[in-house]
Amino acid sequence: MTALLEVKGLTAGYGAAPVLHDIDLSIEQGQIVAVMGANGAGKTTLLRTLSGLVKPTSGEIRLDGADLRTTKVEQMVRRGIAHVPEGRGVVTELTVDENLRLGGLWRSDKADARKALDEVYELFEPLARRKRHPGHQLSGGERQMLALGRALIGRPRLMLLDEPSLGLAPRVIAQIMALLRDLRNSTGMTVLLVEQNVRSALSIADIGVVMSLGRVVTRNDAATLRTDDELRHAYLGF
Amino acid sequence: MDRFIFLTFDGLSRGAVYAAFALSLVLIWRAARIVNFAQGAMAVATAYAGYSVATATGSYWLGFAVALVGGLLLGAGVERVVMRFVDHSSPLNGVVVALGLVLVIQAVLGMIYGNEFRPAGAPFSRDAFVVGGVALLSRFDLWVFAAVIAVVALLVLLFTRTAVGLRMRAAAFAPDVSRLLGVNVGGMLTLGWALAAAVGSLAGMLVIPTELGLHPNAMDIVFVSAFTAAVVGGLDSAIGAVVGGVIVGLLLSYVSGYLGATVAPIAVLVLLLVVLLGRPGGLFGSVKARAA
Amino acid sequence: MTDLRERAPAKVPTEKGKNALSLYRHLALMLLGAVVILALSYALPPFRNYQLATVGAYLCVTAGLTVLTGLNGQLSLGHGALMAVGAYTLAMTQNKLAGQGQWTLLVAVLAAIVVTTAVGAVVGLAAARLRGPYLAGLTLAVAVVVPAIASTFDTTFNSDQGLSVSVDPPPLALGYDFPYERWQAWLAWAGALVTLLFLANLVRSRFGRNLTAVRDDEAAARLAGINVARTQVMAFVVSAACAGLGGALIAVLSQSVSPGAFPLTLSLFLLMAIVIGGLGSLAGALWGAVLLVVLPATTHSLTDSFDVSAAVAQRLEGNLPLAIFGVVLIVVMLAFPGGIASLKKFLPNAKKLLPKRKA
Ligand SMILES: Nc1ncnc2c1ncn2[C@@H]1O[C@H](COP(=O)(O)OP(=O)(O)OP(=O)(O)O)[C@@H](O)[C@H]1O
Ligand SMILES: [Mg+2]
Repeated sequence: MTALLEVKGLTAGYGAAPVLHDIDLSIEQGQIVAVMGANGAGKTTLLRTLSGLVKPTSGEIRLDGADLRTTKVEQMVRRGIAHVPEGRGVVTELTVDENLRLGGLWRSDKADARKALDEVYELFEPLARRKRHPGHQLSGGERQMLALGRALIGRPRLMLLDEPSLGLAPRVIAQIMALLRDLRNSTGMTVLLVEQNVRSALSIADIGVVMSLGRVVTRNDAATLRTDDELRHAYLGF
Repeated sequence: MDRFIFLTFDGLSRGAVYAAFALSLVLIWRAARIVNFAQGAMAVATAYAGYSVATATGSYWLGFAVALVGGLLLGAGVERVVMRFVDHSSPLNGVVVALGLVLVIQAVLGMIYGNEFRPAGAPFSRDAFVVGGVALLSRFDLWVFAAVIAVVALLVLLFTRTAVGLRMRAAAFAPDVSRLLGVNVGGMLTLGWALAAAVGSLAGMLVIPTELGLHPNAMDIVFVSAFTAAVVGGLDSAIGAVVGGVIVGLLLSYVSGYLGATVAPIAVLVLLLVVLLGRPGGLFGSVKARAA
Repeated sequence: MTDLRERAPAKVPTEKGKNALSLYRHLALMLLGAVVILALSYALPPFRNYQLATVGAYLCVTAGLTVLTGLNGQLSLGHGALMAVGAYTLAMTQNKLAGQGQWTLLVAVLAAIVVTTAVGAVVGLAAARLRGPYLAGLTLAVAVVVPAIASTFDTTFNSDQGLSVSVDPPPLALGYDFPYERWQAWLAWAGALVTLLFLANLVRSRFGRNLTAVRDDEAAARLAGINVARTQVMAFVVSAACAGLGGALIAVLSQSVSPGAFPLTLSLFLLMAIVIGGLGSLAGALWGAVLLVVLPATTHSLTDSFDVSAAVAQRLEGNLPLAIFGVVLIVVMLAFPGGIASLKKFLPNAKKLLPKRKA
């Protein structure tokens, strides 16, 4: 099986000094990969570089073998990449319905976009009840549903999620994790999941990646990581 | 009483024009967080182009179309060539660049057409209908109302009912998120400038025949009135711009009717001061915006 | 305890000493400037002397505006209008007092400064509560409306024709054939040098440091105990006084005032002058003032050399400086991505001429 996403020697940053150093990462179709690490490790920067918001200074990013570095940010959705940014990126001035429709505007298959929209409303009941509410009236959990739902409308192949659990109750986190696993199982979607909530992330992930100071320090089966005490103490702090 | 009625209608007609012009300022403010101080000069430039074509072809409406299309192109050009490259770390930078544009545009107009007033005809009669001895509205006033209402309605439709409008709003509110969702944010910005400038050109075509005529500086005072209207409305709000425009139009009409036309600019300045100091958020905007 | 007590007084004299030192330095520079102007005024032909005088008058305004916009970060598009206030005040005072000797001019100039300062205080009070485009819009409105006021009141201001200003000839003590333009240059530069001396010391004072502190970070300045609003109003008042003086001098030089002499474009020119001069330095204000006089004159002689009809030449002459100023303004703003504040980095000499401040 060839990798869906292949990252080699990736270096990137915001100014003179790079934040990411020489990152290697390979993700296969249908995998859930959890990226973990302390605050400031560079997890968000990694996702932003993958989706083109941050320009890499060197290294390779390939999706299905094709170079991704020259793809414009606004073309990423068309390549099958959905990025749910840190803090969710709900456009608070727009209504729930507008936010969701925004997720499908780029699609040429309007019928399927509409079908996907209906599916999202079915999947997330609370959103259906708040269609006309502006984004800023939503609770944290509802915003997360909105952000996830909006990404799903594009029927992505690769979903980049930046700390979906942030600020949510444990029960909601568990629901979201279960949802991600179900989605992967039913659609074959690949997920790159950045999480501080290591336990939850590893509970659904196939592979765990630990980052520290802009480098990948460990990459292993999630099952192994769950039981590796030394590693947990060293990098993950529990 | 008759005079009051006449002045009210006159004020509404002026107000419609200020509303349109204020709307063009609000459009750019919402899209780019820039108050386009060059809007007046840009509108005059397209009006010159329009009247040149009208004179050459003998068709006012061809000239009118040229002015509007010219507005679209000029707005897009200004955004693509100049405004896109302004560093927005200080809000002063955009203002200074826009003022530079004012100088350039007025200078170029002066070189081509000279600095005298040129007559600018109206497409409809400006003689008011007299109903029961009271002068009410002219055909031109009706045209102004129709044009402005049509533009406002079109803009409302565009922003609330179409995919492009949704993209434009999203791009303005959250550029990065919009790009991740496949929105061409730069393109939306250009489109926003183009639309705004076209609306400004329309306002110019509607106001210039009622003033002294075409002149490179013809819109300076109109700009101040429209800016006041936009600020009264809160600068962030399209409805606010329309309401602000009507308020300013009525004020100008009453003041020039009862106190003399030359006092009118002072009344605008006073209104602007009062609103800025007394009601910092405007009637429809948030106070927060003022510190931006 | 004793240690502290000894230290505290010891520190004050050093700072005072520094201030005194810079005062002497500024005085010396001013004297040097006076000598240079004196020499120039004898070397130059009358027309050039008139231009020299105009530079001096503009310098008052650009220097004040530099303090306001460059050091305090408040953009004003209304200083052309403030000049008009000064000019009209001078004209009216001078015409009341005319013929009673040279002293009347001093009184009239002072009156112009006082009235403009008062107007500036009103605008400044409003300005201190506004930021960015709102402040720009309000001052723009002032710039557009004030000339309209002058046009409005026929009886006082004689509408669009304006007023003529009767200025006495140079004192007889200078000789019968003393050129009038040289006298004008002396008058204007006396005002300019006093303004510069005043501003240079002001910028070096505690108030000057407060100005930049407020510009750089209002919240931090407030935490440091600076009264932000008062600092901003004071900056406006100071720059308005300078604009009043400049306007008064312009009125003296041209011996007339009219609304047409103070259009919106004048305010934009002033802004351009300080932006190009390197915002925030008084030396930059000088270059800006020179540019305001030299550029139109150059384009004038340039259009004269073109082989075009008189009408075309006239159009070019009036508008070419505008176009050049506008293009320069845009290019400068785009080419220096840090905006106006970063300009100084690109002017190697500017550092020496600048009052010291953090980047
Ligand atoms: N826009 C930016 N400009 C400059 N430096 C930045 C920027 N964003 C992040 N950084 C720096 O890059 C480094 C990595 O930041 P990043 O946001 O990728 O960390 P993270 O692993 O996502 O942290 P967290 O868990 O807190 O979200 C940090 O040192 C941060 O200070
Ligand atoms: Mg992060």
